[in-house]
Order: sequence, then structure tokens, then C-alpha cells
Amino acid sequence: MSGWLANFVGDWHALLVLLLAGFLPNEVWRMIGLWLGAGVDEGSELLVWVRAVATAILAGVIAQILIQPPGALASVPDWLRYAAVAGGCIVFLVTRRSIFAGVVSGEILMLAGKGWLG
Amino acid sequence: MTHTHFASVMRAMALPALDSASWQSPLRAFAWGMRSVTSTVLTLVLFTTYVGIGALAHDTHFSLGWALASTLFVWAGPAQIILISTLGSGATAVQAAIAVTVSAIRLFPMVVSVLPLMRTPQTKRRQLVLATHFIAVTLWVECFRLLPQVPRERRIAYIHGLGAGLLLVCLTATTTGYGLAANLPELFGAAILLLTPLAFLFSTARNCRQLSDILALLLGLALFPLIARFHTGVDILISGVAAGTIAYAVHWWREQE
Repeated sequence: MSGWLANFVGDWHALLVLLLAGFLPNEVWRMIGLWLGAGVDEGSELLVWVRAVATAILAGVIAQILIQPPGALASVPDWLRYAAVAGGCIVFLVTRRSIFAGVVSGEILMLAGKGWLG
Repeated sequence: MTHTHFASVMRAMALPALDSASWQSPLRAFAWGMRSVTSTVLTLVLFTTYVGIGALAHDTHFSLGWALASTLFVWAGPAQIILISTLGSGATAVQAAIAVTVSAIRLFPMVVSVLPLMRTPQTKRRQLVLATHFIAVTLWVECFRLLPQVPRERRIAYIHGLGAGLLLVCLTATTTGYGLAANLPELFGAAILLLTPLAFLFSTARNCRQLSDILALLLGLALFPLIARFHTGVDILISGVAAGTIAYAVHWWREQE
């Protein structure tokens, strides 16, 4: 039993790294948001700007994954990644903004492209 | 399952009317939040993404406990992918922390923009701590869609239910992916990693409520590749603040006319 537990937990050093490099960098931003955002009014103009910045930062995260792909996604050629996303966008728009249809067709395009390339 | 059938299943669950007795107890509001997990296609996306994260953690020789703790405490898919892949490539903890911190900046404006929907004048800050922890892209998008259907005084309990439900789905997925890792082909890994940008892009696009949101999304996508050429280390922050501010400026200018 203790062997199973030790195996499950792994080494404590890795958990410490998770706390310092994973948990804290995310939680700090959330808690600063809670701290500073407490006084912001729901209909305020400041909130329109804040939401625009949140959307644009998220757009940057999306662009980063596509341009500098992590792990196995790097095995897909640049043009195929962009084509899959562009195809997904077209389907998303013609299906009157169906997230499901956009995501599935983007994935199918990428998989078909990879299959075709061999 | 065909798309239309699938969509009808997804739309089948409607929340009770705002003045319904179902909302009288916070516990029932929590239960409605948990049930709402089945009302969004993003749950499927999250499940698949976390299967990928579990598999990635396994292949990078982290323990299952570590993988589950990362899902529970980090609760942000891209940050977990960045953390595992940078540590796995031999980077130091400090380098990984910097990469994760930059990707996590988006959480700050997300929290600021969504909390006013959950608050009442009597709400204490500490009552919002757990709900704030649950905020990531999926919950942020779903808050704008679902919270208007929930009475204001029950919104925190509802979000606790929705967040806990999504977390359970993702913990299950992490365990599944961790167990399956050895049997997953590389192509599956690529498909899972492509899921995040596709789902983020379309759920954000659906969430756009006014001109400034649409402009921010398009400008953010266009500006990042330009800023990234300078390798500042905070490219996402620079392009995000610049694109968001330009989008807001256009919105402001149109309001003046």
C-alpha cells in the first residue's frame, strides 16, 4: 500500500515545482483580479476595455499555439495548421456560429491533410 | 450521433425560470450548476484536452498524483501544457514559471470582467475566492451565456456547482489519459493540441457581444505574429494590451458620434 502511495504521489520536488511554477503563477493573477476588480461596476466603460484586453490576450494565446506549436502539434506542417483553422472558421460562420461544427471540421481537415501527406 | 441530434441533446436542458422555487435553496442552485456541465459542448472539448494533458504528464514521467494536482490547482489547460512541456524539455523551474506566468495574465482581466456578474452589494470578497479559482476560459465564456438565467443571489452557488462539475470531468479525463498514454498515437496528440486553439477561437467568437470584442479578437490574432518577431518574452501581454486598447478606442470613438 505504501508503495502504491509513493508511486501515486511521486517525488516531493516535482510537487514543489508544481506549486511554484504552476499553481502560484496562475492563482496570483486570479486573486489580483478579485482584489482589484471588486469595485468595478457591471455596466462601466472600464469593463468594456478590460473585456477587450482579455479577449485580445486570449487571441494571442491562440495565435501562439498555432505559430509556435507545442509537442506533437509541431509534426503538422505550418500551412496545414493554418488551413485547418481557416476551414474551421468558414464552417463556424456558415453554421451560424456552431462551436461544435467549427471544432470538428477543423480537426477533420487537419487529420485528412496528415493522412494525405502520409 | 449526427450534429443536429447532438445539438438538440445539448439544448434539451433549460434552467428553471428566474422566479422558480428551484432557486430558493443554494444547494439546489449548486445542483443546477453541476447539471449545466451537460449543457455545453465545451465539456467535451475539456474532457478531450485533459485526456491529452494526462497522457502528456505520463510521457513526461510525472506521477498520477502530480497530474491530478496540476488539474485541481492550476485549472488552466494551456498553462498545464506549457508547464509540462517546458519542464519535460529540461527547462529549469524558473524558466517554466516565467512561461506560465505570461500565459496566465489573461486570467486577470477575465476575473475582473466576470465577477461583477456574480456579486450582490452584500457579497464579501472571501465568498468569491473559490469561484475566482474556477475561472478559466470555459467558465468565463459560460458565465456570460448562463448567468443571466440565474437569480443574482444564487449565482455564486451555481458557479460553485458548475466549476466543481467541470473539475470532476477534467480529473476523470486526466486519469483516463494518464492510463491510456502508452496506447495513444502521435496523431492523436496533435489532434488534442489543435483542440485548444479551435475551441478557444470559436467559443470566444461566439461570446463577442459588441464591436470592441470582435475587433479585439481579430486584432489580437493579427498583432501577435508581428510582436512575436521581437522575442520580448512578454509578447502575449504587449499584443493583448495593444489590440484590446485599439479595439476599445474604436468603440469609444463610435460612441461619441
